[in-house]
Amino acid sequence: MKFNLKIWRQKNAQVAGKMVDYVIDNINADMSFLEMMDVLNEELIRKGDEPVAFDHDCREGICGMCSMHINGRPHGPLRGTTTCQLYMRNFTDGETIYIEPFRADAFPIIRDLAVDRSAFDRIMQVGGFISVNTGQVQDANNIPVNKADADLAMDAASCIGCGACVAACKNASASLFVSAKISQYALLPQGRIEAKERVLAMVNQMDDEGFGSCTNTGACEAECPKGISLTNIARMNREYYSASIS
Amino acid sequence: MTVLDSKIPEGPLETKWSNYKSHVKLVNPSNKRKLEIIVVGTGLAGASAAASLAELGYKVKAYCYQDSPRRAHSIAAQGGINAAKNYKNDGDSVYRLFYDTIKGGDFRAREANVYRLAEVSTSIIDQCVAQGVPFAREYGGLLDNRSFGGAQVSRTFYARGQTGQQLLLGAYSALSRQIGLGNVEMFSRHEMVELVNIDGKARGIIARDLKTGKLERHFGHAVVLATGGYGNVFFLSTNAMGCNVTAAWKAHKKGAFFANPCYTQIHPTCIPVSGDYQSKLTLMSESLRNDGRVWVPKKQGDKRKPQDIPEEERDYYLERKYPSFGNLAPRDISSRAAKEACDDGRGVGESGLAVYLDFADAVKRLGKSVVEARYGNLFDMYKHITNEDPYQTPMRIYPAVHYTMGGLWVDYNLMTTVQGLYATGESNFSDHGANRLGASALMQGLADGYFVLPYTIGDYLAGEIFTKAVPTDHPAFVEAEKAANERIQKLLSVKGNRTVDDFHKSLGKIIWEYCGMARSAEGLTKAKGLLKQLREDFWKDVRVTGGAEEMNVDLEKAGRVADFIELGELMVNDALQRNESCGGHFRVEYQDEGEAQRNDAEYAYVSAWEHKGVGQEAQLHKEDLVFENIKLATRSYK
Repeated sequence: MKFNLKIWRQKNAQVAGKMVDYVIDNINADMSFLEMMDVLNEELIRKGDEPVAFDHDCREGICGMCSMHINGRPHGPLRGTTTCQLYMRNFTDGETIYIEPFRADAFPIIRDLAVDRSAFDRIMQVGGFISVNTGQVQDANNIPVNKADADLAMDAASCIGCGACVAACKNASASLFVSAKISQYALLPQGRIEAKERVLAMVNQMDDEGFGSCTNTGACEAECPKGISLTNIARMNREYYSASIS
Repeated sequence: MTVLDSKIPEGPLETKWSNYKSHVKLVNPSNKRKLEIIVVGTGLAGASAAASLAELGYKVKAYCYQDSPRRAHSIAAQGGINAAKNYKNDGDSVYRLFYDTIKGGDFRAREANVYRLAEVSTSIIDQCVAQGVPFAREYGGLLDNRSFGGAQVSRTFYARGQTGQQLLLGAYSALSRQIGLGNVEMFSRHEMVELVNIDGKARGIIARDLKTGKLERHFGHAVVLATGGYGNVFFLSTNAMGCNVTAAWKAHKKGAFFANPCYTQIHPTCIPVSGDYQSKLTLMSESLRNDGRVWVPKKQGDKRKPQDIPEEERDYYLERKYPSFGNLAPRDISSRAAKEACDDGRGVGESGLAVYLDFADAVKRLGKSVVEARYGNLFDMYKHITNEDPYQTPMRIYPAVHYTMGGLWVDYNLMTTVQGLYATGESNFSDHGANRLGASALMQGLADGYFVLPYTIGDYLAGEIFTKAVPTDHPAFVEAEKAANERIQKLLSVKGNRTVDDFHKSLGKIIWEYCGMARSAEGLTKAKGLLKQLREDFWKDVRVTGGAEEMNVDLEKAGRVADFIELGELMVNDALQRNESCGGHFRVEYQDEGEAQRNDAEYAYVSAWEHKGVGQEAQLHKEDLVFENIKLATRSYK
């Protein structure tokens, strides 16, 4: 297979970036998208050019590190997959593919396709936890959890923190990411104790990081590789309002 | 002759750890505030250690190469975590978990460490539940368990197929809390490139900021390495792309002995390599072998479609060779048998490096809906990657590297042979012997970080309360930074013709061929020469683009591959000196009708290697394994 690639190249955060054209040939349909990028990079290195920087690590859809915007969609055209789970057979021979970084003010570009998502970490640091020290705890079965709640908490906890929700949102809102964590804890008895403080702190930090507001377009849910549900945002809003008035 | 002191406490096995905890030296709270600890790596072992040490009051600095501590590769573990809770009332106990782990490791692990691991396993589950880890539950609201290989009880706790993710996010939440409180300073996108020793004690690291390329000096009263395993020495493995041995290897070169490097685990059921471009391998759960039948054609080079090969022309080799265990033969045995079939020219698929895992009989016997209920998500995953439907055509599978039992030698305190330098989780060698059981890696990482290191490190730091923080303009820091910088400059200045990946692939081929599933003195001797040549070629002909002081992914990889090549040489030496077969180490000369033949009289020891310079023979030290509680026995699966 042969592809025309238009890839965002930017040396660092200080200089302007631009789309650069590459042609790549002899691509096997069973290659993953990132392996196609590996092939391109090997070609670039052989020519003495610098390879395209992009984030990736586990290459099995769980670490949340890969982050490309492909043909205008975070993680590309398939639903429920990360970029590393995309294969070249998902594209047509001769196609032009646009590859850009996730774009949001709160995700500044580091180089080429790699962006800085440390804003997510900082949101977690103000409330994305249950305050319990190692060794302080009781026997695990002393905290029974309703199975339906535990399953919903697990659904929310499946978030991989990749930031596709932010990249998909026209407002660059982080509501789906933040609400997934708030929901997980709100649904569990262990998490109820600090529920008020948590939701207020995390929502405020989200605003401080420069993420936009949620206007319920649902683009985040549609593009989320892990299928995190929009109902988490509703749950976060309810938690937030009840925490604000009480 | 040995210089190794494992510092195993006196007394009966059952009370060693509790006695130790009652008598270990303590550091008072006001002194803890003055003591700084560096933790490299934020997987289960690192994140749990950093959080727990900060909770105790130490000043912690944590480092990871990923863009966030939440992405460490512990996150990819699927199956579960073992703990001797006996919630199922099926007769589990600390002793049974201990015994299963020692036996699973083919009697090559240290009794006292493994017993402690089994003992603290129950506390891990308590801790994780309190943190909000959403483990699977029964309808009554209590925790659910499943059974796993190598055990006759149900002791595995799980969170769907994402147990590693949920446990890591639990540890990450505890770590995040301590970062928010100002007790941990977090350095993401940082890679340790040198260890700094002063007067024989670990006192800091040189780290490279991967965003800017700048080298930084960091002081610590103690340094903890929680940097994972070295499976990527094989190029292809189930490890994440960035997993590397660099931190451990730098420590090794500065005096930390490296133990049992030849013990690597090869998992039998992975999706096979589909081409030269392939960058990593994906595991398919072992549970598939409960209903799938493994076979290859009887005829060599048979290129017919699997459906066109009649029953009598198929070789169900596991059922043939191991009638009592059949398709459920243990990992090491199944992996080797697949390799033998492929080496014999009977492998399937385009590459010839795969065997069939066939569900046709299961679908006939159980119906498609039952098979779907049991394995639906795995079938989907397989189809997604290979574009083939396992309901219609058999899966193709092949073994792949996914865990390394070897690692830095540590004593009972988890301290390496360098004073003040600790190694935890997969980066040390201590608990799994020559073969790790399923669902035990998560257990060990969290045991070390939450419940072992926070006690044992105090024993050392109690003696350091008068040590002032060493300013980083100390000559030892200056020198270490200079060495790191010179190495980077050297990599950039070769300007040769071969890419880093090209060298990495060559390395992987050599190690896989000669130090993989089956090893021989002849092959290992050959590999030694090939690796020496590869190392020399690397430094003459590698091409690394870009500069030092910028984000440079090519340079990062080059440094890691250079270390992997040196590690490869040590693995081969280790495999060569161990004239026996045990666990993941199978020497073809030592077998009894295809079964691994251990030699307890001569090889019941840990091999711990002392670095003597690149290209020089490392010196072997032996820690004799003394079994006071367990009787050594042979494993047979026929």
